[in-house]
Amino acid sequence: MVRPYFTLSAPDSCRDEVFLIYKNKLLTETAKIQSHLIPVLKTVSDPEIPVLSVLDLGVIREAIEENGIVKIKLTPTYSGCPAMDVIADDLKAAFSEISKKAEVELVLSPAWSTDWISEEGLQKMEEYGIARPLSESHDKDVLLGEKKMVKCPQCGSTNTHLVSQFGSTACKALFKCDDCQETFDYFKCLK
Amino acid sequence: MKNLNLYNYILTIADNSLILAQRLGELCGHGPNLETDIALTNISLDLLGQTRSYYQYAAKISGEDKTEDDIAFLRIEREYKNCLLVEQPNTHFGHVIGRQFLFDSYHLMLMEKLQDSPDETLAAIAKKGIKEVSYHKRFSSDWVKRLGDGTEESNAKMQEAIDDLWHYTDELFFMTEAEKVLAEDGIGVDISTFKKKYYEEVSEILKEATLSVPENKYFAKGGKEGVHTEYMGYILADLQYMQRTYPNMTW
Repeated sequence: MVRPYFTLSAPDSCRDEVFLIYKNKLLTETAKIQSHLIPVLKTVSDPEIPVLSVLDLGVIREAIEENGIVKIKLTPTYSGCPAMDVIADDLKAAFSEISKKAEVELVLSPAWSTDWISEEGLQKMEEYGIARPLSESHDKDVLLGEKKMVKCPQCGSTNTHLVSQFGSTACKALFKCDDCQETFDYFKCLK
Repeated sequence: MKNLNLYNYILTIADNSLILAQRLGELCGHGPNLETDIALTNISLDLLGQTRSYYQYAAKISGEDKTEDDIAFLRIEREYKNCLLVEQPNTHFGHVIGRQFLFDSYHLMLMEKLQDSPDETLAAIAKKGIKEVSYHKRFSSDWVKRLGDGTEESNAKMQEAIDDLWHYTDELFFMTEAEKVLAEDGIGVDISTFKKKYYEEVSEILKEATLSVPENKYFAKGGKEGVHTEYMGYILADLQYMQRTYPNMTW
């Protein structure tokens, strides 16, 4: 599977502007983000997983400056994710610090998928103590308790079991490691 | 209102999610154990998120100066279009799970159809919702099986809940005026098309849970047309208290 990546060289079709492009394995979902906005976007993080920036999380679908106004399209991870309102406010605040006005629009389609989390984001997530999402079929197996595949972010063992299908936030499930005995969050696969 | 039928149609779907979210929210901090407490409030949050998307859309097409909050908080009881099932109380955990299971099974089938609606907003909300609702259904049907096929007591309580709630299931498939018009236009879902499948699927899970499938002759209805059970007034009193007492308050 091709993970989302940052491209810093301009595609031929848009010489003047550099876009940050996310691609998933089907190469159908792309996000259009102007390169000069990236440093600011990188400073805004998910309030519930502070090590992940909104870019790592893949929730920014578009960020384009038009007539001095930064227009951002944001997509929620889960419908009721309370972090979305906070992220929208944080985005506006971050741009106001460099004296730019930002408008944030919430878009639902296409629906967010865990495939949109960048590889860098997945690594940061693991270091933070949250196990990364498995593939869709493996995700089902572990959430039904049929297979042990989720890797404990503390000790690396896969001798882990599901404690609760629902964890501290809508996007996570709760697991426990049977080797080091630590409980930890697993980021559920969403496709 | 120009789009009155569409407006009413959106509320018919959204009010179910709102009222069930409110019911589940009552359990916050009161779940039978920590994991189920978190699960039920997570489900509540998903439903509330879906409700917001629907209400924002309804407010937009209403052509009036309305917000999602007006729709959620400032209607009178007769204007809420949720079915009777979702307003039933959290009598005991069996009822919480039974209500969730009977609703989730319906909800998932509805979302699966609604995602093909030519109305882009409804389709987008449904596509997003499917991922969440299938997870809800997995949770509630697992618990139905666990309780039904558990101890003598858990089986009796689960059966009691299913028996109590069963006669609200037929109303899920009662079609209001707005639903009929929208189904004819091809924008809405003709819910009658999956009624048979619903009862087959639900019965199958109940059997797997060693529970008996009720055989009611009479069913209750009215909620979708605004005629609710006595519980609804109490739910709204709780839900609307802040906005009624401090109009236009925000956090």
